[in-house]
Amino acid sequence: MSEIVKGQVQIKDLPPHLQKKLRQQKIVPSLKSKKLNRSVAGNALLFFIMGICAVFMVLPLVMIVNNALKPLDELFQYPPKIFVRNPHLENFSDLFVLMNTSWVPFSRYLMNTVIITGLGMVGHVVIASLAAYPLAKHNFPGKPLLFSMVVLSMMFSWTVTQIPQYAIISWLGINNTYWALILPAFCFGMGLYLMKQFMEQLPDSLMESARIQGANEWQIFWKIVMPNVKPAWLTLAIFQFQQMWGNTGSLFLHDEQLKPMQYALQQITAGGAARAGAAAAVTFIIAAVPITFFLICQSSILETMTTSGMKD
Amino acid sequence: MSVVTNPAAPKYRRPSLLKTLQKHQASYLMIAPYFILFFFFTVLPVLMSIIVSFTDWNMLEMPSFVGWNNYVKLLVEDDIFMTSLKNTLIFAVITGPVSYMLCLLFAWIINEFNRGLRTVLTLIFYAPSICGNAYMVWNLILTGDRYGYLNGLLLNLGVINEPILWMQTEAYIMPVLIVVQLWLSLGTGFLSFIAGLQTVDKSMYEAAAIDGIKNRWQELWFVTLPAMKPQLMFGAVMQITQSFAVADISINLAGNPSVNYAGATIVTHLLDYGSTRMEMGYASAIATILFLLMVGTNKLIQKLLGRVGE
Repeated sequence: MSEIVKGQVQIKDLPPHLQKKLRQQKIVPSLKSKKLNRSVAGNALLFFIMGICAVFMVLPLVMIVNNALKPLDELFQYPPKIFVRNPHLENFSDLFVLMNTSWVPFSRYLMNTVIITGLGMVGHVVIASLAAYPLAKHNFPGKPLLFSMVVLSMMFSWTVTQIPQYAIISWLGINNTYWALILPAFCFGMGLYLMKQFMEQLPDSLMESARIQGANEWQIFWKIVMPNVKPAWLTLAIFQFQQMWGNTGSLFLHDEQLKPMQYALQQITAGGAARAGAAAAVTFIIAAVPITFFLICQSSILETMTTSGMKD
Repeated sequence: MSVVTNPAAPKYRRPSLLKTLQKHQASYLMIAPYFILFFFFTVLPVLMSIIVSFTDWNMLEMPSFVGWNNYVKLLVEDDIFMTSLKNTLIFAVITGPVSYMLCLLFAWIINEFNRGLRTVLTLIFYAPSICGNAYMVWNLILTGDRYGYLNGLLLNLGVINEPILWMQTEAYIMPVLIVVQLWLSLGTGFLSFIAGLQTVDKSMYEAAAIDGIKNRWQELWFVTLPAMKPQLMFGAVMQITQSFAVADISINLAGNPSVNYAGATIVTHLLDYGSTRMEMGYASAIATILFLLMVGTNKLIQKLLGRVGE
C-alpha cells in the first residue's frame, strides 16, 4: 500500500524543494489558495456579525468561571453581577471537604465515571463506525431498510421509549450494572448516521486499490477508512463524551458503589443555600472536564484531504 | 466485492438466505454488533410505545386496549394539544431554518482561521451546548423586576417606563423562547459542519477559481456546499429532531404549564401526560404524532437539499 493512499503524508512533511516543485506544477494547491475569492469588505462584514454573536455565546462560560470564584456574599448579592470582585478559591476547598464526608469514597465515584464514560464513548465510536462502513460503501440486501430505521429512530421521543427500555434492560438482567448505561449507548442512532455520511464522501477508488492489493474488508476499515474520516470520529467522540459524562444513572443504578461522579456531585449541590459556594465549584468542574476533552479533540481535527492522492 | 446481479437476466432466481449471508458475510458481520443492540434498545422500545399508544395505561394496572381513542381525543378534543402543535410548528419553521443557516455560516467563517484560533472560536460558539446550566444566564437577563439585565438596559435607555415581566406575559413568551432556542441550537449541526469543511478537497477551490468563480459566495454555493452534501443532510435531520422537540427551554424559562399555555410545545404536553399524569397511552399517542410530523418534514427537506449547488 503506498503512503499516499493511506492519507498520512501531508505536503508540509515533504522537503521544501519538493514542496515548491509540486506547487509550481499545480499538483498540489499553492500556499496562496486559501486567500482565493476573499474581499476585505466581505471579511469585515462577516467578522463583525460573528463578533456580536460571540459575546452572547460566551456568556455561560464567563458566568460559570466567575461564579466558581465568588465568595458567598457575592453569590447572594442582589442585584446579581456577572463578574467577580474579590476572587478566591474557598469554594473549591469547601467542595473537597464535602467530598471526603461522602458515604462511599469519592474515588469510587470517579472510577465509575471513568468506566462508564470511557467504555461508552470508545465502544460507541468503534461499533457505530464499523456498522457505518458497510452502510456507506457496500451493497447488500436490507441496507436501505436498516439505514432508514436508524435515521427514523432519532425522531421518536425518548420520553416514552424509556419505560419499555427499562423493561427490556430488566429482562436482560443487566439492571443495576454498568452495562445498563453502556450497552444502550453503544447503539445511539446519531453516531452511525454521522459516520456513514462522512464515509460516503470517500472515493471508491481508495478502497478498490486496497482490495486489489489484497487487503480484506476489516483491514480496509482500520487502515484506510478510519484514518480518512478522523474529523468525523473525533467529533463523534466529543458528542458521546458529553452524553455519557452528563449521565447520572439514577434510573438504572441503585447501588451507591456503582453510581457515577455526576450523581455524587449533584447530591452536594442539593444541600441548599449553605452549600452554594461548593455548588458553584461543582458546576465549574462538571463543565470543565468536557470542555477540556472538547479542546483536545477539536485541535486535533486536521484537514484530511490535502493530499492529491485522495482524488477520484 | 459486490457482484451486480441483473434482475432481468433469464433464469434469474432469488438467492437463498444462506447464500446471501455468505456472499455479504463481511458486511453483515460488521453491522451485527450495532444492529443487535439497536434492535433491543431502540427498535423494540419504539414498537412497544406505538402499541401502548392504542391503550389506556396508568403504569399501575394492566394496559387496556382502546383502539384509536387516544388519537381521536388528541386531535378532536384536546385544545391544549392544538396550541402546542401551533407553537411547535412556529418553532420548527422559524428556528429550524435560521439555526441551520447560522450553524453553516459560523462554521464556514470559523474555518478560515488557523488551527488555534479555530479551536477557541469553536468552543465559544459551542459553549451554550456544553455548559450544563446555560439557562441560568437567561434567567438573569430576563428577571421581571428592574434588576433584570434586559429591563435595566431598557429603563436606562428610556424605552420603557416600568419593568416588564418577560416570562409571565403571554405576548413575549414565544419571541423570547425563539431567541433562546436559536442561541442554544448551535450544537450538533455546527460541529458536524466544522468537521465536514475539513474534508473538502482544497484543490477544488483552485480549480473553481480557474473556471471563473469570482467571489466567496459563489465559491460557497458551487464548490463548498456540494462537496459537503452528506453533512448538510445530517445537519438537517439533527435540526428537525431539535426544533420539533423544543421543551427544556420552555419548561426552564416559562414553566410547565406556562401562562395560558403560551409556551406549550408538543413535548411539554407529552411530558405533562407522561411524567406528571402517568397516562402513558396518551403520551405515546402524542409521541407517535410528533414522529409522523418529523418524518414528513424530513422527506421534504431531503428533497430540497438535493438541489444544492444547481
